Amino acid sequence: MSKKGWKDIPIGGLIAKGGTARDYKTGDWSTSKPVRDESKCIHCLLCWVYCPDSSVLVKDGKMIGFDYEYCKGCGICVSVCPRKCIKMEKK
Amino acid sequence: MTIKRVPLTGDQAAAEAMRQIEPDVLAAYPITPQTEIVMTFSQFVADGRVKTEMIPVESEHSAMSACVGAASAGARTMTATSANGLALMWEIVYIAASTRLPIVMPVVNRALSGPINIHCDHSDTMGARDSGWLQVYCENAQEVYESIISAVRIAEHPEILLPIMVCQDGFITSHAVEGLEIFDDQKVKAFIGEYKPRFSLLDTDNPVTVGPLDLQDYYFEHKRQQSEAMEKALSIIPSVLGKFNKAFNRNYGLVESYKLDDAEVAVVVMSSTAGTAKAAVDNLRAKGLKVGLLRPRFFRPFPKKVIVQALSNLKAVSALDRSESFSTQGGPLFVELKSALYESDRQPLLNNHIFGLGGRDIDVGEIEDVFKDLIKVAKNNKVERLVNYLGVR
Repeated sequence: MSKKGWKDIPIGGLIAKGGTARDYKTGDWSTSKPVRDESKCIHCLLCWVYCPDSSVLVKDGKMIGFDYEYCKGCGICVSVCPRKCIKMEKK
Repeated sequence: MTIKRVPLTGDQAAAEAMRQIEPDVLAAYPITPQTEIVMTFSQFVADGRVKTEMIPVESEHSAMSACVGAASAGARTMTATSANGLALMWEIVYIAASTRLPIVMPVVNRALSGPINIHCDHSDTMGARDSGWLQVYCENAQEVYESIISAVRIAEHPEILLPIMVCQDGFITSHAVEGLEIFDDQKVKAFIGEYKPRFSLLDTDNPVTVGPLDLQDYYFEHKRQQSEAMEKALSIIPSVLGKFNKAFNRNYGLVESYKLDDAEVAVVVMSSTAGTAKAAVDNLRAKGLKVGLLRPRFFRPFPKKVIVQALSNLKAVSALDRSESFSTQGGPLFVELKSALYESDRQPLLNNHIFGLGGRDIDVGEIEDVFKDLIKVAKNNKVERLVNYLGVR
């Protein structure tokens, strides 16, 4: 994406609307990503509780995967998983 | 029409302008020789003469931080400081400018420590010359009063939106009593008008983020915008001053020329020393010497074109700096002047006199000697010494 020039952005570093953190895809910060062994998962959702980036996706009370667009690869989900069914893989 | 004159010091003159402006918020911390400004203003607050929300803070760093917060909330915001107080607020001084908050700050020029000193020189605001603030330097208390009023409209101009320092000489101007002409309150309020901020943190229907992280991808663009605002200020300030001049029957510009039209040599000097230098010009003119004076009022932005134009017919010029930059190339006024003249094909001979550091007195005779030396420089077509220290033992 080509970035805007100085004439085309608000002055003073102002962000002129709310909710813009969604546009900032932080997933590319990570060097590794969490991968889950679905067969072992008991859907306790501890990973969802602990994930600092709201990157654990849940549907109908079940853990369905990770949102890699925002996951920074911190590995907290790996450490809190009681079933040890999440591991980090190099990206 | 009779003109009402009241005896006021430069500090009281600043406070009087602030009373008439009646900012939404004032956050400040006392420091000599500025203290009297905020002391006088706080009396106005205590007496219910202004509705300003006054925030007494625990340091100048907090004062400027509170100002940044208030201005981000959309408040017309003011503070005042001097020397070490300005140094303490340094970090936030840059943030106020880069966040484009039109804060108006009277600064009473005082030497920066050390050795510790409370008297006048320009080392405090000259140190802040690259902070992105506008700077205007006043010769006397009347000009302080009037410049603070015009500063509000300059800073808040939609195409400028930069904070401004309105500078006066510590003790020399700030504590000397002058007979001041004070404008009618309503006339001042009508001139400055209602402040319409471009955003407000309190406007929850239109949420904004102020001061976000700005790294390699956009910081440079925001700095480029600040440069553009400074450049635009050079053409907008004269038009705002034109409106001020019309409303109050004055004659302010970016610079002031004194007996310069047919002069052969001149000094360039800012603030109260220009008054002393005018007496020297008068004395030498009485002896038939063609001498003159140029007083830059604005130092940021630096009025390069008008200065170059004003000096282009002269044979020799000396810049009088009331601060030392330790560049070994002279004081900041001299360096900027020399730089501006590099673009001109008509360059007078130039030298620099650094004077008055730490409040060292400068008298009319010393400035007459500078003129006499300039006449010699012009005659010999040679600058003997580029940087001179006037009045040092």
